[in-house]
Amino acid sequence: MFNFLVQRLGQIIPTLFFVSILIFGLQQLLPGDPAIALAGEERDPSVIAYLRAKFHLDEPIYVRYYYWLSGVLQGDLGESVRIQKPVLDLIVEKLPVTIQLASMAIVVAMVIGITMGVVSAVKKDTAWDYAANVIALWGLSTPNFWLGIMLILLFAVQLGWLPASGYVRPSEDLGQNIATMVMPAFVLGNAIAAVMMRHTRSAMLQVLGADYVRTARAKGLSERVVVMKHGLRNALVPVITLGALEFGQLLSGAVLTEQVFSVPGFGKLIVDAVFNRDYAVVQGVVLVTATTYIVLNLLADIAYFLVNPRLRA
Amino acid sequence: MNKLKASLFAAAAAVTLAAGTLAPGAASAQSTLRIGLAEDPDVLDPTLARTFVGRIVFAALCDKLFDLDENLKIVPQLATAFEWAGDNKSLLIKIRQGVKFHDGEPLDAAAVKFSLERHKTMQGSNRRGELAPVDSVDVVDPNTVKLNMKAPFAPLIALLTDRSGMIVSPKAAQAAGANFGAKPVCAGPFKFVERVAQDRIVVERFADYWDKGRIHFDRIVYLPIVDAQVRLANLKSGQLDFIERMAPSDVPGLKNDSRLKVSKIVEIGYQGITINIGKSDRAQQNPLGKDPRVREAFELSLDRQAIVQVAMDGEGVPGNQWVAPTNSWYAKSVAIPKRDVAKAKQLLQQAGVTNPSFTLMAANTSDAQRIAQVVQAMAKEAGFDVKIQSTEFSTSLNLADKGDFDAYVLAWSGRPDPDGNLFSFHACKQPLNYAGMCKPELDELINASRVELDAAKRAKIFEQIAASVAKERPIVYLFHRHWLWAYTNKLSGLRTIPDGLVRVQDLKVN
Repeated sequence: MFNFLVQRLGQIIPTLFFVSILIFGLQQLLPGDPAIALAGEERDPSVIAYLRAKFHLDEPIYVRYYYWLSGVLQGDLGESVRIQKPVLDLIVEKLPVTIQLASMAIVVAMVIGITMGVVSAVKKDTAWDYAANVIALWGLSTPNFWLGIMLILLFAVQLGWLPASGYVRPSEDLGQNIATMVMPAFVLGNAIAAVMMRHTRSAMLQVLGADYVRTARAKGLSERVVVMKHGLRNALVPVITLGALEFGQLLSGAVLTEQVFSVPGFGKLIVDAVFNRDYAVVQGVVLVTATTYIVLNLLADIAYFLVNPRLRA
Repeated sequence: MNKLKASLFAAAAAVTLAAGTLAPGAASAQSTLRIGLAEDPDVLDPTLARTFVGRIVFAALCDKLFDLDENLKIVPQLATAFEWAGDNKSLLIKIRQGVKFHDGEPLDAAAVKFSLERHKTMQGSNRRGELAPVDSVDVVDPNTVKLNMKAPFAPLIALLTDRSGMIVSPKAAQAAGANFGAKPVCAGPFKFVERVAQDRIVVERFADYWDKGRIHFDRIVYLPIVDAQVRLANLKSGQLDFIERMAPSDVPGLKNDSRLKVSKIVEIGYQGITINIGKSDRAQQNPLGKDPRVREAFELSLDRQAIVQVAMDGEGVPGNQWVAPTNSWYAKSVAIPKRDVAKAKQLLQQAGVTNPSFTLMAANTSDAQRIAQVVQAMAKEAGFDVKIQSTEFSTSLNLADKGDFDAYVLAWSGRPDPDGNLFSFHACKQPLNYAGMCKPELDELINASRVELDAAKRAKIFEQIAASVAKERPIVYLFHRHWLWAYTNKLSGLRTIPDGLVRVQDLKVN
C-alpha cells in the first residue's frame, strides 16, 4: 500500500509541473499585448509602462514563469488586474456555483438519459424506441445557447414561472437558488442526457440478451423485476462512468450556458479573463481545475486499490 | 472499477450540494432598484477605473465636483462655484459645505486636494494623463481649492464631471492603499455593500447624503448580464427594473409593450473608420493611406444614413465629426458629404487607381462586423476591393498600436468636452492617434482650442480643425449611436444625459 501511494504521488508532481508549464505557455500564445488590453480606453503610456513593469511583461518567459510558480508554491495565485481581487478569492467564490450547477446537470442528465435509454431498449423497434431516439438526436444537436434563450423566453418571459437569469446564493434563499439553477442545469443536462440515453440503450440491449436474464425470465420473475433488478443494475456501470467523466468536464465550467444564464461560475470567469488578458485569473482557474481532476483520479485509484485484491499483488 | 470512480465523484457532489444548502434565506422588503448592465465593471476605484460600464456604478457611489445636464451643460455637484484666476492659469473651486463621506469623514478642501493628487500620482492611475495640465493643488481655505496650471486649460471643468472629479475619503483611501477599489468610500448617494464578480454589485442608501431628498431607493443592485436578449428577458419578466444598452433590433418589439418604456440618447462618442495614413510604413504601401484623393473617394462611396439603417436598425445619427451634429460644439460649416459614386470613381481615376484594394480590420463584435460589411458593399460600387479582417478586440488594438493595419473600424465612447474626442486622436504622437497623422499647423490649432476659455472663440477654432480633419480624413466618422435604455413604466424621474450614465437622483417607482 505504502509503495503504491508513493508511486502514485510520485507521478502527480511531474504531472502538475507539466500542466503548469502548459498553462503558462499556452497563455503566452494569445495574441495582443496584455498591457494594452488592460490599460483601458485611454491607453495612457504611463499606465501601459506601469502594467508592463508590474507584471514583468518585458522579461523573458522563463523569468515570468519563475515568478508565477514561486507565487503558486506559496499559495499565492496572483491578483486579477481587472477587478483587483486575489485569484484565490475569486475561485473560492465561483467553485460552489460551478459544483452545484454541474451536480444538478448530471442529475437531470441521468434521470432523462437513463429513463429514455431503458424505455427504448425494452421497447426496441417500437414507436417508443423511435421517439426516444428522435429526442436524443434533438438533444445532441440543439445548441445550448439557443435552447437557453428559448427556455428563458418561455418560462421567464411568457409564463413567469422561473427567473430569467442570475444567481442567488443558497444561504440567501434556497428556493430562489434552485429556481435560478433549474434552467441552466436542464440545458446542460439535456445535451448529456442524449449521450447517456444511447449508452444506456446499447448496454441494456446487451444485458437483456445475456443468459442470466433468460434464466431470470425462466424462473418466472415479473418483467419489471427482470428489467430493473437484473438488467438495469448491470447495464448502469458504463453509464455511471460516463456520468463521472461528464461531471469532471462540467467542473471546468460551462462557458456558453453560464454566459446565457449569467451564472457566475468558472466558465464565465475564465472567458472574461481571456478576453481581458487577465492572465493570473486564467492561469489560476485552469491550474485549480487540472489539480482537482488529478486529485479526484488519484482518490479513485486508491479506492480501486483498496477494493480490488488483484491490484495489491 | 469504473463504478467506484463514479461513486466517488457523485459523493463529492452530494456533499457539496448539502453544504451549500444549509443556511435559510432571509428576504428583504426594502425598495430596491435593479439595473442590468451590459458588462461586468472593472475595479471600482475612480483613480484606476477604465471602463464605461464602471462609470454607471460610480454615478451612485461617488459624487463629482461637477456634473452634466441633459444639454451637456456643466452644473455644480460637490463644487458650488468656480472661477478662473491669475491670467486664467488657475481655477478656484468652492466646495459645498457640510458634505460627508460614507465613513462619516468631512469632505473639505483638503480632501479634494488629496483626491486630485491621488489621481495624479497613484501608480497605474488612469487619470494622470487627463490631469497632466494641472501642476499643483492648493487649499485656499477649508471650502476653497485652487488648481494651478502652466497655461489655461479649457477642458478642465468638463474633466471634473467624470472620474477625475470624484472625491474619495482620504482616511479610507490611505487605509486601503491599492485595495481601495474593493470597498470604495466616496460621497455619493449610495454606499458600497458588496460585490460578487460577474454577478452583482450592491449599494445602499447613504443616510447622510448631502442631497438625500432626491434619493428614493434603499438599495440598488447592478447585475451584469452580457447577452442583450437575456438582459431584456429579465426586464420583461420583472427581475430587472432597468437595462442599459438594449439591442437596436429589440426596439420595435417593445413598441406594443405598455409595461415598458424606451429612452434614446445620442451618444457623446462616435463610430468611425480610422485610416493608417502615417502610423507605419504600411501607410505608404496602400493607395488609401498614401493618397488623400483615394480617401475622399472612399468617403464619397459611403451612405451614412444607410449604414445607420442597416448596421444599427436606424438607432443612431449620421455624423462626420468627433461630436454629433446635435452637439453644440459641432462645426456646422463642415457638412456631412452626400454619397456620390460617380465622383468617387472620377477621383480614383485621377489618382490612377481604379480598383484600389485594402484591408478593413474589424473587431469580432456584432456592431463592428455589420459596419464593416455594409462599408465593404458600398465601397465596392465605387471600385474599392475591401477585405474584412475580423480580429479579436484586444488583438486588434495591438495591431492598431503597431500600425499593422490599413483601415480599422473603431469606436470611442466619448467625453463631455470635445477635447476628449479630439486631442488624443489627432494631435501628434498621442497614444490614440492610430492614424498616425501629424501636422504641426493642426497641432497649433488643437492647442489653441485647449487654452481658449471663451466658448464662441473656441467654437471658431473647432471649425478650422474640423475643416482640416475632414480634408485629411485620418478618421472617416460615420455615425453616433443611440444609447438605448429600457425600463419599467413605473420608473419615473429618469434623466437622459448624453454621457449614457444613469443618474440615480430623482429616480423613483410609482
